[in-house]
Amino acid sequence: MNMIAENFTYLYHGFGIASDPFNILLMAIGILLGVIIGVLPGLGGANGVAILLPLTFSMSPTSAIILLTCIYWGALFGGAITSVLFNIPGEPWSVATTFDGHPMARSGRAGEALTAAFTSSFIGAFFAIVMITLIAPLVAQFALQFGPAEKFAVYFLAFASFVGMSKEAPAKTIVSMMIGFALAAVGLDMVTGQLRLTFGITELLNGFDFLIAVIGLFGIGEILLTMEEGLEFRGKAAKIDPKVVWKTWKTLPKFWATSLRSCVIGCWMGITPAGATPASFMAYGIAKRVSKNGKNFGNGEIEGVVAPETAAHAAGTAAMLPMLALGVPGSPTAAVLLGGLLIWGLQPGPMLFVEQAEFVWGLIASMYLGNIVGLILVLTTVPLFASILRIPFSIIAPVILVICAIGAYTVNNNVFDVLMMMVFGVLGYLLKKTNYPLAPLVLAIVLGDSAEEAFRQSLLGSGGSIAVFWSNPLVSSIMGLGLVAGLWPLIAMGFSKLRGSSAQPA
Amino acid sequence: MKHLHALGLGAVTALGMTALSMLPAAAAWEPTKPVEFIVPAGTGGGADQMARTLQGIIAKHDLMSTQLVVINKSGGAGGEGFLDVKSNKGNPHKIVISLSNLFTTPLATGIPFNWKDLTPVAMLALDEFVLWVNAQEPYKTAQEYEAAIKAAPDNTFKMGGTGSKQEDQIITVAIQKALGKKLTYIPYKGGGEVAVQLVGGHINSSVNNPIEAVSQWRGDKVRPLCVFDSKPLPYTDKIQGDMSWSSVPTCKSAGLDVEYLMLRGVFMPPGVSQEQVDYFVELFKKVRETPEWKQLMKDGAFNQTFMAGDEFKAWLDQAETTHKGLMQEAGFIAGN
Repeated sequence: MNMIAENFTYLYHGFGIASDPFNILLMAIGILLGVIIGVLPGLGGANGVAILLPLTFSMSPTSAIILLTCIYWGALFGGAITSVLFNIPGEPWSVATTFDGHPMARSGRAGEALTAAFTSSFIGAFFAIVMITLIAPLVAQFALQFGPAEKFAVYFLAFASFVGMSKEAPAKTIVSMMIGFALAAVGLDMVTGQLRLTFGITELLNGFDFLIAVIGLFGIGEILLTMEEGLEFRGKAAKIDPKVVWKTWKTLPKFWATSLRSCVIGCWMGITPAGATPASFMAYGIAKRVSKNGKNFGNGEIEGVVAPETAAHAAGTAAMLPMLALGVPGSPTAAVLLGGLLIWGLQPGPMLFVEQAEFVWGLIASMYLGNIVGLILVLTTVPLFASILRIPFSIIAPVILVICAIGAYTVNNNVFDVLMMMVFGVLGYLLKKTNYPLAPLVLAIVLGDSAEEAFRQSLLGSGGSIAVFWSNPLVSSIMGLGLVAGLWPLIAMGFSKLRGSSAQPA
Repeated sequence: MKHLHALGLGAVTALGMTALSMLPAAAAWEPTKPVEFIVPAGTGGGADQMARTLQGIIAKHDLMSTQLVVINKSGGAGGEGFLDVKSNKGNPHKIVISLSNLFTTPLATGIPFNWKDLTPVAMLALDEFVLWVNAQEPYKTAQEYEAAIKAAPDNTFKMGGTGSKQEDQIITVAIQKALGKKLTYIPYKGGGEVAVQLVGGHINSSVNNPIEAVSQWRGDKVRPLCVFDSKPLPYTDKIQGDMSWSSVPTCKSAGLDVEYLMLRGVFMPPGVSQEQVDYFVELFKKVRETPEWKQLMKDGAFNQTFMAGDEFKAWLDQAETTHKGLMQEAGFIAGN
């Protein structure tokens, strides 16, 4: 209790530092830069922060970290923009946002989708910051409980809660997911240290980068589909309404349960270093199952935007905590921020909260203010971004293609990746035409590697015994949840059969 | 004759003048566009931290007229990064930082490159390896831990490390050989993750580099037992209680005859001129004088050996032979 009171004193002091006019200005600049970085697929938060890192050496450590974290927030916000407008997720955790966000944009509700996305991001992030403020030391302890078995259980839960959510036949979902796993397996086998499935082609050393796959499958695939349908965006009829923000806000409170659930999922996934991507997929999958409008998910349901965005941002923010307290970055962007901290002689780890309390609480205070500044800034841009859809498709399509190509190139500075992007584009088009869902494929590419790694690490540690996944209450309960989630369609069917058979004799 | 002589002298002077004016011009080769700094490893690891610190120092002290841009190419255990540099023949605007994967990756994966395909610039430092256990374990000294391993059946103790068939596993194999007992080696993606897994009690020990585990040590979460070097570290600043890096004994003195140091060096593509190499050697000499670099060396308890030119090449030759021997013994060579 005493410690919490002490933390609040530090936090109050932190607000004093963060609300300095110069720092507020830095926040605004950081958010704007971040949004631009987030909008350009491939540039990504990590690259953006890395490029701008040297610029901050002339500032005090606090100002510098405020600028850099605000770029991070901005990139998180910005990732939603391209997902909604063009079906191109700029960051892995924006993939789930495209499922309902883009259909909304196509039916002329881009403004609503963007407002919902930004607002949810803010709520998720805010929830996570409050959690960090209140229970930081406990949370760091919880994160330490996660060994390979627990991590695998979390990935298993993410996959399981996703199975059965697509409208397509389960067999097609599984085929799509298996293609994803196969693609994820290309490259270096982390456990044996040997190459696999590269067929001696040096370009394949790195495996298939998630971003290349996503830009191709979603971005290029979408353009091909739209071309076939007759060279126009259906979203062009959208009216630009400056009041769209207020109108959307009025509808949002009724999704409070989804929001709260997604906040909790996000915080949990952010702390256990699973990260924002499984959080967004899981929140979407669960919302689809629990929501009254679940059947309509995928056709432009606003709740389908709220759930993944809230969870992704709660996770992205909560991930700052393990970084500060344990020195393990939860995302590539966080890794670059970590490098920044080191240059200022701030060594993340258990002692950072004790020895550099002023810095840490200044940073946390700047998270509060940065997110508020960010929300205001991005909301004012909603009408602007929504109006992009009024540009004729024949003009915007080549621009998107060029941006996609640049994005694919910047991931590894490699022309081969641009070719791969095109191949993925055609694959995405074919899969869509034959009604194979893309989401399981993407999920498998993103998480397949990590899940496999955790699985094999667990088995190495247990000497090959699968019992390791039931070896303590924590891992058992996550695995149990996963099994229930994965088998839910069967369980639900069983229930309805039971009810049906018990109803008949009556 | 006199005239001719004067002419000859004039010519010689002119030649000399040209040579003189050429010399500073040649030595003063400078990058004309941003220099790519390839890191053949992921973000957040030891090599990445060093590269980003270098980027920071060079930008802060304005040591280079253009920018240094750090790019991670970690595919194929770093093979992607090395191949990229190898294929950029004669490009002076690209440098790469190396770790032990310079030797281990081609041996373990068969990816076609060798350090001789690159132009060695300088050894910046050597990274130490320390044997760590969780601070709650009862083992206060390396001897106690060795005795526990020897007393238990094979594969009872779990050693966590970065990557597979790379430096951490090479050291683990050497420890196994020295103790005559098998350890279960569990590979993780990065050193920071290994340190956290050790704190969480999911592994029994690690051979983390000092910088990867120092913050956990300061928080009294992990305990160093011994250092895999021939002599104790020189750094005497107190880190945990009364302990400093210098109070960690060598493994050899603790009855574990294993030594290993890892190269942190810089290379350029093949076919660059000596002037271009000299430019970067001078650049890194300047970096070594900055307080930020000295701080990094102290924080990470680095071995501050600096080498360039033939001395460095000879060292590389020696290190390659050592690695080949170690990996052959461990059965890590590709195709085995």
